[in-house]
Amino acid sequence: MTDIRNYTMNFGPVHPAAHGVLRLILEMDGEVIERADPHIGLLHRATEKLAESKPYNQSIGYMDRLDYVSMMCNEHAYVLAIEKLLGITPPKRAQYIRVLFSEVTRILNHLLWLGAHGLDIGAMTMFLYCFRDREPLMDAYEAVSGARMHATYFRPGGVYRDLPEEMPQYQSSKWRSKESADELNKGREGSLLDFLWHFSETFPEHVDDYETLLTENRIWKQRTVGIGVVSPERAFQLGFTGPMLRGSGVAWDLRKTQPYEVYDELDFDIPIGKNGDCYDRYLVRVEEMRQSNKIIRQCIEWLKKNPGPVMVKDFKVAPPSREQMKEEMEALIHHFKLFTEGYCVPEGEVYAAVEHPKGEFGIYLVSDGANKPYRVKIRAPGFAHLAAMDEIIRGHMLADVVAVIGTMDIVFGEIDR
Amino acid sequence: MTTNEVEAWLSTLKQSFGDLIANAQLSVNEVTLEVEESNLLVVARKLRDDDDLHFEQLIDLCGVDYLYYGQSDWETESASGNGFSRAVESQPTDPETIWGKPRFAVVYHLLSITNNKRLRIRCFVPEKTMMIPSVVSVWSGANWYEREAFDLFGIRFSEHDDLRRLLTDYGFSGHPFRKDFPLIGKVEIRYDATEKQCVYEPVSIEPRTLVPRVIRHDARYHHDEEDSVS
Repeated sequence: MTDIRNYTMNFGPVHPAAHGVLRLILEMDGEVIERADPHIGLLHRATEKLAESKPYNQSIGYMDRLDYVSMMCNEHAYVLAIEKLLGITPPKRAQYIRVLFSEVTRILNHLLWLGAHGLDIGAMTMFLYCFRDREPLMDAYEAVSGARMHATYFRPGGVYRDLPEEMPQYQSSKWRSKESADELNKGREGSLLDFLWHFSETFPEHVDDYETLLTENRIWKQRTVGIGVVSPERAFQLGFTGPMLRGSGVAWDLRKTQPYEVYDELDFDIPIGKNGDCYDRYLVRVEEMRQSNKIIRQCIEWLKKNPGPVMVKDFKVAPPSREQMKEEMEALIHHFKLFTEGYCVPEGEVYAAVEHPKGEFGIYLVSDGANKPYRVKIRAPGFAHLAAMDEIIRGHMLADVVAVIGTMDIVFGEIDR
Repeated sequence: MTTNEVEAWLSTLKQSFGDLIANAQLSVNEVTLEVEESNLLVVARKLRDDDDLHFEQLIDLCGVDYLYYGQSDWETESASGNGFSRAVESQPTDPETIWGKPRFAVVYHLLSITNNKRLRIRCFVPEKTMMIPSVVSVWSGANWYEREAFDLFGIRFSEHDDLRRLLTDYGFSGHPFRKDFPLIGKVEIRYDATEKQCVYEPVSIEPRTLVPRVIRHDARYHHDEEDSVS
């Protein structure tokens, strides 16, 4: 008889399906996992410690780099925490812009998740299709903030600037004919809102296409149905949030249950799963994309009708306009003070959370009255999910590890922080 | 919840816990309970299992180091032309004069999905033992959070069966999120081509402060705070 023995396998840290720098030590019995020990921290940048040594506003850029596929949602929690301590409320228009971009970000995140998850378990085409739809949303990011990813667009007291009135257009050149430039410029004739409206009209059909490819696909179902099942009780115990919790049939979404900004004025539904397996979480996320699209359309309609300020008028928190700064002494002083010293936040502690595409993303902020935070703790949803890896994966096959990593929507920027 | 509701809830919490909690505070409409480390597990179980409370989720757990709490690099009232340079090198001062409580605390954020409520618990860590009870038996999700707090602050959790480092490098020494640990770290790593391996050396860069920590007490700021609150 052959001698069968357990062995230990090293998965990652550089593995295409590890979604970053995950190192998994797998103890296997043949092809069955007996124990999984994730080693994290390979992307640890001590964001929280860095934030302690900088004025409040200078850390917004670090927040983008936490979960680097849903940038503005990270910023959102951070600025909400500061605003709560300062006791300021951004103007209504800024709140709508924030919600608009939070939902754009949710679609961006879920598209990357769908593409990468599909790619991991054999659906190559998904990746290409999803990235096609990500492109216009990236352009929206760029139009509004100047950066495709790390936007630093949300600021305490509002958003950095109002939405642009026109979109940049493709030019015809030696390498691009006029016809193809015109094709690419479809929807770009008007403002950013028109551009996003154009996107939102075609996007549901694209989601239908994804579903045609995957939802009833035999291979897809074989790889996801019944894999990584989490009961609601265990999901509570393990601190699951977001689609990981809703996939197990718990109707919990901070946008509905603890509404922030203007979510209580908008009409949308919260999809929940039934069985708590990878397939249900896939269905939940796909439906969330449709709901996000619905929210985006409502926001665009409101924003088109209601112009107004997008930042509070308090110069202690928000800088004066460039024109004012050049003309008025007071404004110049405010501008200088704000960009050198920053602003002091009253002593206290606060926890602010948003419904991030991956779950509950929270910022715990302790201020001792200085111009820098005393302690920032980032509550990353992926951290709690990955911590449950061992429990979920036990007894599954090696190939299911990839499906479970995919379904957790792991991004190392936020887990390692 | 409105401020009145939170205050009412706070007083019911105080009543139902009695001596089990050392202190209960309200900060920006959020309730914080301070618990002695000997009562922590009893309070945690009650919070999870009591029908009126039902905090089934531990959302977050983190360590806090209060060493330099309330200290600024720069005294604003007396600052003069040479004031700014004083902040370039941070001056360690006596921490006990300002804070007056134990240096380390562990902060728990709880969420009740049934009752849609949040609660914060703070438990100070005795400095002699640096040890508090682990809540893994109450909320399994605490496992990695406690490993992280151990790694970054050196807080030990009794009865945690797997208290290894989590975020820092293999073989790392020290607890980097303590306030007296320098931001630039203590060692740097590089690949040595002659030795054909990675070598660790003491850091070659100097610590610096670009923006001094200031705590403003002048009337202008207080006036503005009142304005923005109203």
